[in-house]
Amino acid sequence: MAVSSPRAPALTDLELMAHLYRRAGFGATRAELDRALALGYEAALEELLQSEAQPPLDDFLIHRYYVDVQEGRQINSAQYGWIYRMINTKRPLEEKMTLFWHGLFATAYFKAEKGKTMVNQISMLRKHCLGDLRTLLIELSRDPAMIHWLDNQYNTNEVHNENYGRELLELFSMGRGNYTEDDVKNCARAFTGWGLKRTVPGFYPYAHFDLEFEFYPDRHDYGEKTVLGETGNFDGPDVVDVILRQPATASFIARRLYQFFVSDTPDPDAIAEIASALRTTRYDIRAAMRTLFMSDAFRSQESFCARVKYPVELVVGVARLTGDYTFPEYDITPLALACRYMGQDLMNPPSVEGWHTGKEWIDTGNLVERINFAAERVGDSSKPGIRLLVDQVKADGRMTAEQLVDRCIELIGPFAVKEGTYGSLVGFVEQDRVPAFDGTDDAADEHRVVQLLQLLVSTREYQMA
Amino acid sequence: MATVAKPPTLVVLQLTGGNDPLNTVIPYGDPLYWDNRPTVRIPEQEILHIDNQYGFHPSMAALKPFWDDGKMAILAGIGYPNVDYSHFRSMDIWYTAEPEKIATDGWLGKVVREMDPKADNVLTAVNFGRGLPRAFTLDGVPVASVAELDSYGLLTSLASVAERQSALDVFSCMYDDGWNDMGHRPVRPRQPAESVGDVLRYMGRTGLDAQKGADVLRTAVDGYSSTVTYPTSSIASSLKGIAQVKIAGLGTRVFYCGTGSFDTHANQLKVHAELWKDVSEAVSAFFADLREHGEADDVIMLLWTEFGRRARDNGAGTDHGAGGHAFVIGEAVKGGLYGEYPSLKEHDLTLGNLQYGIDFRSAYASILERWLEIDAKPIVNGSFEQLAFV
Repeated sequence: MAVSSPRAPALTDLELMAHLYRRAGFGATRAELDRALALGYEAALEELLQSEAQPPLDDFLIHRYYVDVQEGRQINSAQYGWIYRMINTKRPLEEKMTLFWHGLFATAYFKAEKGKTMVNQISMLRKHCLGDLRTLLIELSRDPAMIHWLDNQYNTNEVHNENYGRELLELFSMGRGNYTEDDVKNCARAFTGWGLKRTVPGFYPYAHFDLEFEFYPDRHDYGEKTVLGETGNFDGPDVVDVILRQPATASFIARRLYQFFVSDTPDPDAIAEIASALRTTRYDIRAAMRTLFMSDAFRSQESFCARVKYPVELVVGVARLTGDYTFPEYDITPLALACRYMGQDLMNPPSVEGWHTGKEWIDTGNLVERINFAAERVGDSSKPGIRLLVDQVKADGRMTAEQLVDRCIELIGPFAVKEGTYGSLVGFVEQDRVPAFDGTDDAADEHRVVQLLQLLVSTREYQMA
Repeated sequence: MATVAKPPTLVVLQLTGGNDPLNTVIPYGDPLYWDNRPTVRIPEQEILHIDNQYGFHPSMAALKPFWDDGKMAILAGIGYPNVDYSHFRSMDIWYTAEPEKIATDGWLGKVVREMDPKADNVLTAVNFGRGLPRAFTLDGVPVASVAELDSYGLLTSLASVAERQSALDVFSCMYDDGWNDMGHRPVRPRQPAESVGDVLRYMGRTGLDAQKGADVLRTAVDGYSSTVTYPTSSIASSLKGIAQVKIAGLGTRVFYCGTGSFDTHANQLKVHAELWKDVSEAVSAFFADLREHGEADDVIMLLWTEFGRRARDNGAGTDHGAGGHAFVIGEAVKGGLYGEYPSLKEHDLTLGNLQYGIDFRSAYASILERWLEIDAKPIVNGSFEQLAFV
């Protein structure tokens, strides 16, 4: 950066609203933003938080067109169903929270190869995503995909399998350095006998039964356990209560929420504020999210476009921009594949640690995928969303190159564009013809606008949310 | 130790889905083969005998000359401890050279970092296919990932050549932090420099690397001519791309491609035959092309699959198994059968599966030490027996 600019001006109302919908959802069109602006930030946020007040998506419609979401033989159709949901949901925060918990409680299809079992886990996360963390952690411990993923069906009175017990402490609630190896052992003991229902012998890979939870009393260790300084004849839910009494738990969850919803760069004060909201509300996730989105850290210029978009955010955001897939069409396949090519195979993260985010989303291969995907989609002016954008620009009539670039940035964002990028785009517009929309050659003018939109979604800045 | 004029190059061809070892290198001399395969068997008169015990699948006719010339090593019964029957998990084990725990760094990513620690050449490794295989996953290692060499690049959806060129000019300005912005200054500062500077700078470099890689790769297409005709399969198209890049001398040392699906639970006789015909003819054309251009001596190719298949057939196909075969082909390869062909005796099978005799990390370590001249230990996470196939 050649010049150190003075602190940039505070975000405009429009920028702030776009920021909120990019983070709490998958981006909003200009019409959606205008509606939210009329409500005001707090009311718009409350609408996002009270997601149950909005109508749910019609599951029947999804199952009718993506039949295999029900049958669950393959992961592909499970992904189509979820991506369709992200594009069309009237409850964007619910879907975004579900994605957040999926990344935190990372479970992958590749071990069980049972699509329906993964779909069931995602539905469970969706159901509890804004509820209380206690219920969520207990449901997670009973979740068949999780049990199979971390081998808890082998965790019995006779042979303790610590895999789930360890990850519950390390990756799902507290983080390293806050518990001992004995805590891990005793935590695992509390979940002995939490297994899977015996099914008809698996005719793998022909038959795909979804796994079901079953508690086996004869495999449970009823002995006394000491976990994190507390002692008792703990069962799983008791241990979850012990975990939730640890300040480390609130801090850990707050940090992860901050990283996902606010910024790749941690801010200790903001994280403490979210942690405190979790503790004082007995881990009401909705309350913590309200605190997060109302915080100065979230609403500041520093958090605006300060986080690399997850591949699925880019793909769904572009699909919402182009106005595609408002009905469960079959050709949604390329969207699921695009996420995979960009490094985020939904419901199939590489390990229990989830995806490596931030800068690590980007390498030469997947950056090319990101740019080409976005530019190709946006380049098709027959798509309803692009048609609308072009008409909006056209309605403004003659503009200078700067005005045109500003207008387009505003219409597909607004998002933060660096000086060098901005200058290059202005230069591009001036180089050939500045669209006049005066009737002499409207087709060429429209084409020019589409090209500018293609370049805009190819920028580095568009990779940020 | 290999002595070649040019730096040794590795081509990896992944046979995705779990190739059936018994119908690939067929132990026709063993009565147990015929017992285990009442249906999914290759008639004896069609088998391409390589000795009085074993023979290739008839679809491998185009590969047999490599064997006859002593340029093809069969790594019989290759695998890893405690096989995992999940395709994905098993592939990950091969990708990361780590069967014990879930790892994320790819073995070839580490190889590329050894070869080109400062990432000077964005084309040190080139993958043919969409999405990078986990074998290359490693922070800071650039790998070009090419779906089709002819159409590879940025902003490929732009309407015309002229438009695309002009868009690419803008792209290179936008991704360059050297204020190379076509002479325009912004109306107002839009981005506080300090907030996302590092990430955008990294992305700028990555974007320019990608663009540079694409530009250089295009020269490989432009400068190429050959009398070799490749078949029309997708693996042939990948291997042709690899040959073009190799012949152009762009400094690429690791190439990757794959084909499948070898997951032949049903209709195996037909599907397996087609797959091996495609692979064999493509590999044969590939080496012929390299030979024609004097580029064959410094290339070896590893063909691997994530696991083998069940010894006994299921009436229509075969189910997921354990020990499989890998192959290494090239001028520098010392042909032959390495390892012991897994026994089909009932008491030697585990859950109906062939035992593995060669740890796959042994094959990796041998390629690394004996061919690429790279210390294998940190890449395969330990010491493994060296095999003398190269």
